[in-house]
Amino acid sequence: MLKINNLHVAIGDTEIIKGLDLEVGSGELHAIMGPNGSGKSTLGYALAGREGYEITAGSIEFEGQDLTELEPEERAAAGLFLAFQYPVEIPGVNNAYFLRSALNAQRKARGEEEIDSITFLKTVRESLNSLKMDEALLKRAVNEGFSGGEKKRNEIVQMAVLQPKLAVLDETDSGLDIDALKLVAEGINAQRNAQRSFVVITHYQRLLDYLAPDHVHVLSDGRIVESGGQELSERLEAEGYSFLEAESEA
Amino acid sequence: MNQTTQQVEKVIQQRYKAGFFTDIESDQIRAGLDEEVIAMISAKKNEPVWMLEWRLKAFHHWQTMTGPNWAHLKIPGIDFQKIHYYAAPKQKNRPKSLDDVDPKLLETFDKLGVPLHERARLAGVAVDAVFDSVSVGTTFQKELKEAGVIFCSFSEAVQDHPELIREYLGSVVPYTDNYFAALNSAVFSDGSFVYIPKGTRCPMELSTYFRINARDTGQFERTLIIAEPGSHVSYLEGCTAPMRDENQLHAAVVELVALEKAQIKYSTVQNWYPGDENGKGGIYNFVTKRGDCRGDDSRISWTQVETGSAITWKYPSCILRGDRSAGEFYSVALTHNHQQADTGTKMIHLGKNTTSKVISKGISAGKSNNSYRGLVRMARRADNARNYTQCDSLLIGKTCGAHTFPYIESSNATAKIEHEATTSRIGDDQLFYCRARGLGEEDAVAMIVDGFCKEVFKELPMEFAVEAKALLEISLEGAVG
Repeated sequence: MLKINNLHVAIGDTEIIKGLDLEVGSGELHAIMGPNGSGKSTLGYALAGREGYEITAGSIEFEGQDLTELEPEERAAAGLFLAFQYPVEIPGVNNAYFLRSALNAQRKARGEEEIDSITFLKTVRESLNSLKMDEALLKRAVNEGFSGGEKKRNEIVQMAVLQPKLAVLDETDSGLDIDALKLVAEGINAQRNAQRSFVVITHYQRLLDYLAPDHVHVLSDGRIVESGGQELSERLEAEGYSFLEAESEA
Repeated sequence: MNQTTQQVEKVIQQRYKAGFFTDIESDQIRAGLDEEVIAMISAKKNEPVWMLEWRLKAFHHWQTMTGPNWAHLKIPGIDFQKIHYYAAPKQKNRPKSLDDVDPKLLETFDKLGVPLHERARLAGVAVDAVFDSVSVGTTFQKELKEAGVIFCSFSEAVQDHPELIREYLGSVVPYTDNYFAALNSAVFSDGSFVYIPKGTRCPMELSTYFRINARDTGQFERTLIIAEPGSHVSYLEGCTAPMRDENQLHAAVVELVALEKAQIKYSTVQNWYPGDENGKGGIYNFVTKRGDCRGDDSRISWTQVETGSAITWKYPSCILRGDRSAGEFYSVALTHNHQQADTGTKMIHLGKNTTSKVISKGISAGKSNNSYRGLVRMARRADNARNYTQCDSLLIGKTCGAHTFPYIESSNATAKIEHEATTSRIGDDQLFYCRARGLGEEDAVAMIVDGFCKEVFKELPMEFAVEAKALLEISLEGAVG
């Protein structure tokens, strides 16, 4: 599904990602952990194609396609979804209208028919209900006046409606209380299947307890320095990132 | 300039679609401004003596005045002696019906999307089409007459309804009001006149479409709307001009009178030629618009979408004289390239329990300057008067300016005034968020701008809302690069 090879990403003159390799197979869920400033969000933005995140070396292949040559909207249409760490407010733009326009733009780009409003509303309502979100949020402006938790859950609703092949979730769990975290985790798990893959960026073990990732990677100073199974995240939770330094010194 | 700004610029830089010129023989009065020219205009219109006298009084007063210099505008000197104050397409007789109108004129309005002939005219909207200094025709005359509504060109009203003109002309905007109102009073050529009788709900939307065509010509129209007690009318105004290197002057006066329990809704989509990307050419738009809520429980609502003109100087205002009368002002002003806009409103609360609401949305791009200027005055007698003002600015790029100049004067301790203002920028983050969800960059910009203007667009009648959206959102053709 996703093959990242020796990826280098710079913002301006500063190199943030310094030779990252990662391979994500169909239906797999990978967790990426790492201290602040290690390049986790940069990886998410580079995958989604944000301007200013320059790929100076290496390659990103998504379903055999060179992702780096695509515009952000083309990546979305190809099936890539980024759940933002800080979802953006768009005043005056109706949430349902925004999501439906996005979905239809993607479908159009893929040569599919536009979705009718009844089918669309049915899908959105189902995801809203499963995340215990008020349907009134559909009529409000995109993320405007949403609480932090509502914004994060709204990202999961968008993911459920857009049905991506690969979802990159950037700290979707941060700022959530325990109940909301559980709902978000359930929302993610409900979307898991053999064809859909996930890259979950997080600081906390708690979310991973619910998600049971197939692989856990530790990102430090722009490189993956450790990979393993769920036991790795448990060890990080217990010992912090300091054990990595201890190991590298050893 | 970063890439986002460039993308947005590209979307904003639409071609001015109304920039064509109609090649038609024109009957023009010589350039210059003096008593003789004014007498010639008056003679062309076969006006009664009182009308000419009023014009001359205005002219003499204008000669004692100087132009306004308080606005946040750079106004180049205007040579009033170089302007033609009257230009009309040549036709032998005044056309009796639209069938007699020169096909070239009909074609012009067709091209502008305002078809006048029977088979294509806009359903449910009566149109008065003004070309340079004269009205070329008014649609749905018969249907309106049946309802008792008078909707005709100003020149016709002077002939056919002199008693109404004498009573109301200058009663809201006296010729002494300001420099450009005095100028207009002296040389005004045409415009629209609306009279809604007592208790009548006007059966359709009324609209005037103003078109400047002739070179070196100014347009000085006058509009007067009178709503008798308990009546109701919605009026729309649109305007365009050809693309020219030189500047042209437009100085209009609009007077609205709402008597007891009457309601007037006045909407404008202003798309005068704004000049090119280097600031060459464009219309100078100096307009005085004022509504008088003369009766108790009356209501006047202004909605404007301003996208054109090199310079805009315009403050549609409400005098809230009647008790419990209400004034509203909804505005979207977009400036780009070298455009300058200084626009806003005045809400003058005189009566008790009067209310006013001001929603202003300014969008600035390029090297333009966009200012909101608003006055809220609570008179001593205005017990429990209330005003709410919300004033938002959206900046596109880093070379434009947005300014807010609120003036608040309250002489009554029970009056309540609220003012909110925000300034924001179309951010990389908003644009990227939309694109990451699959929306193309142009759709994303259009959606963000549309969302910003939403509160104003929803006040526009349907037909205009679509036009306004299209003007702002811009047809995305040719913008893909």
